[in-house]
Amino acid sequence: MTGTAARFDNPVSARLRNPATSGYTGLALGAVAAFLGIPPVQTRTVTWPVVVGVVAVVFGIWTVTRGRRRLGFGAVATGLAGIGLGILATRSGIGNLNAVFNPSLIAQTFAFSTPLVFGAIAGMFSERSGVVNIGLEGMMLMGAFWGVYGADKGGTWVVGLLVGMGAGGLLALVYAYFAIHLRADQIVGGTAVNFLALGITGYFFFQLYNGNYVSQGVSTIPNVRIPWIADLHFLGPAIGDLNLMVWLSFVLVVASYIVVFKTPIGLRIRACGEHPRAADTVGINVYAVRYGAVVLSGLLAAAGGVYLSDGFGGGTFTDNMTEGRGFIALAAMIFGNWRPAGAFAAAVLFGFSSAVALRLQVYSASASTLFNVLPYVLTLIAVAGVIGRTVPPAADGKPYSKQ
Amino acid sequence: MTTDGSGPPETPEEAAASGTVAARFALKQRAGGLVVPVLTALIAFLIGGLVVAATGHNPLLAYRDIFNGAGLNWIFHPTTNIASTSAYNLSQTLLQTTTLILCGLAVAFAFRCGMFNIGGQGQYLIGLYVANWLGYDFARMSPVPHILIAIGGATIAGAAWAGIAGFLKATVGAHEVISTIMLNWIAIWMGEWLFGDGGPLQNAANKAVPISNDVAASAQLPAFWGVQQLQALDVGFFVAIAALIVFWLILNRTTLGYEVRAVGFSPEAAAYGGISVRKNLIRAMAISGAFAGLAGALDMLGYLYHFGVSDIPVSSVGFLGIAVALLGRNTAAGTALGALLFGALLFGTTHGLSSNVIQPELAGNLTYMIQGLVVLFVGADVLILYIWNTRRKLRPRAKQATT
Repeated sequence: MTGTAARFDNPVSARLRNPATSGYTGLALGAVAAFLGIPPVQTRTVTWPVVVGVVAVVFGIWTVTRGRRRLGFGAVATGLAGIGLGILATRSGIGNLNAVFNPSLIAQTFAFSTPLVFGAIAGMFSERSGVVNIGLEGMMLMGAFWGVYGADKGGTWVVGLLVGMGAGGLLALVYAYFAIHLRADQIVGGTAVNFLALGITGYFFFQLYNGNYVSQGVSTIPNVRIPWIADLHFLGPAIGDLNLMVWLSFVLVVASYIVVFKTPIGLRIRACGEHPRAADTVGINVYAVRYGAVVLSGLLAAAGGVYLSDGFGGGTFTDNMTEGRGFIALAAMIFGNWRPAGAFAAAVLFGFSSAVALRLQVYSASASTLFNVLPYVLTLIAVAGVIGRTVPPAADGKPYSKQ
Repeated sequence: MTTDGSGPPETPEEAAASGTVAARFALKQRAGGLVVPVLTALIAFLIGGLVVAATGHNPLLAYRDIFNGAGLNWIFHPTTNIASTSAYNLSQTLLQTTTLILCGLAVAFAFRCGMFNIGGQGQYLIGLYVANWLGYDFARMSPVPHILIAIGGATIAGAAWAGIAGFLKATVGAHEVISTIMLNWIAIWMGEWLFGDGGPLQNAANKAVPISNDVAASAQLPAFWGVQQLQALDVGFFVAIAALIVFWLILNRTTLGYEVRAVGFSPEAAAYGGISVRKNLIRAMAISGAFAGLAGALDMLGYLYHFGVSDIPVSSVGFLGIAVALLGRNTAAGTALGALLFGALLFGTTHGLSSNVIQPELAGNLTYMIQGLVVLFVGADVLILYIWNTRRKLRPRAKQATT
């Protein structure tokens, strides 16, 4: 053992011998293998996806032998999937590939991922403080309807955003009262929030708009065109002209990371989620922190909803508009292990699969369905602990009572 | 995960002596009081009525019309003649009740084992799919075996679908709420694929519409009250009644039920007493799924006969089952009453409402609101009891509360 270690005594191989590093390298290479066959690289021979995929599998096996079984098997699976997808891509027609995988797919991925990012970060704040938030879907739906209502009646999307977030925050406040104050079962309460939001938005959509489309010409959340990027060859169509909320979702990820992990407030939130009794002992007001986190959660989830109706949707609303996006956001949060960067990565992955699904619809309905269902399957695998292990905050979902 | 007993580990009697509202309520809950469910329903209808009144409709007239629309006015002039409007309406309400009884039992059984089965919708859909497939294939069989095969297959499929969540919970500790939510969405997308363009169960005659084949005549359940062409009440109603009895018998008169309830009360104590917690988690979840799968089978063979992609998002009986079971306090009799209430709401809001009282679209969303409020308030039994006690306090104060 020491003999082999001495032979590879340089920093790079020392890091690679770390099972975690080699495992994640394997995962990354597996993903690369899948992408080699599609634009912009678009190799037309199977060699490169296979080679890179095999390397990924080798890294995976190495990781397994070093004791990180779950991570290693994950890398092996990703490598094999990468080889499969890579071969599939090289066999498809160039025209079809170009129609599905072009720079605007990146823009569309972010368009789909933004509500998920807002929802996932929203859920993270709530759950980090120890309150499970199954009601994300409902809060998002409130934002979607009342946001477009505010933009319609208030005349500007700013009012819409504020009204929508206010509605989501209000519903979150009701939920917080039941979950924290009355110590109701949080799963039951969250489920109730979803039903309630479905009923409220549907009822008022019919009452206020007769169930028809919101009138034309509603002020919508604008796109932000960045002049010097927008004219570039590849980056232009990809990120040159994204919606304001997309940019805000990037800001939100960074900001929430700083708040949760680098500030005293974040420490308090996490303390309430891990060990509320201990937090209480050192003088943290557990109830106040949890109330704040849940209401913030409602505000953020609703902001994602406002984007859905008044940004992405162009100022329209339909019954049950969120269509389970709140649950995908919840899944992204779990998949991302209750961390901002992880949740963002998962949301982008899920957004990507939704965007691909939309584009594949023309060519193959079943392939499209496969990409639509991917987020749920991946999350099921994640909670089953096959790849990595998801670890929720210790006191997540447990009501706290002062003694 | 149950609605009660989430407090510190002390006996209800001890806690009741200490005089907290929650503790006294817990005692009442165990004593089998009817106060909470009845008050919950009343408050939900009251708040729903306030929303109706605030939007310029007369809530009393609206509730009266829903009552009549559900055929509940049948009791004032009972007749078996289906040509009578109230009799026909009642038969349709009972048809909805059939489904809701089984969907309620699917939630209730898992609850008695300490799990929250939020995946009734997915298990119900799987039951629908399998019943449609088996009911369309084997078209030349004689009715009795064909019906039995279709019902049996759908029930087993529902059990297996829920069993995945139970298995994951028992083996790797994956939270059943997350896994059943994911399984719901996987079931939904599975339907899109099965009945969608080019899907394996899509209508063989017409490839232009995303809809399934019709169930063969040999697999259709015989009508019991009404004309089959006009959506009669089928014999599935008696299957649901039988399921209620089976539910009660399993829980109260068998070793299996004893073990399931023991695990529900306290997994640690059950394990200490020699009961396999893992086995019972899987069994309870599978039995839950069997009820939901059976609901899907009875709907498909009883009156739907076919199912399309556009029907999938409309269907929400599996979620209504949550409200039914919670309102019925997870007992057989309570579930039956809860199912009747929501069955009446479900059918009574779809038709026969005049727009000068309340439009069906508004009334339909009122059902969702009431459903949400019921679930919200059932979870918050403390609040209900507080209201109950305030009513008493309005009378002359006899004695100060001792702490």
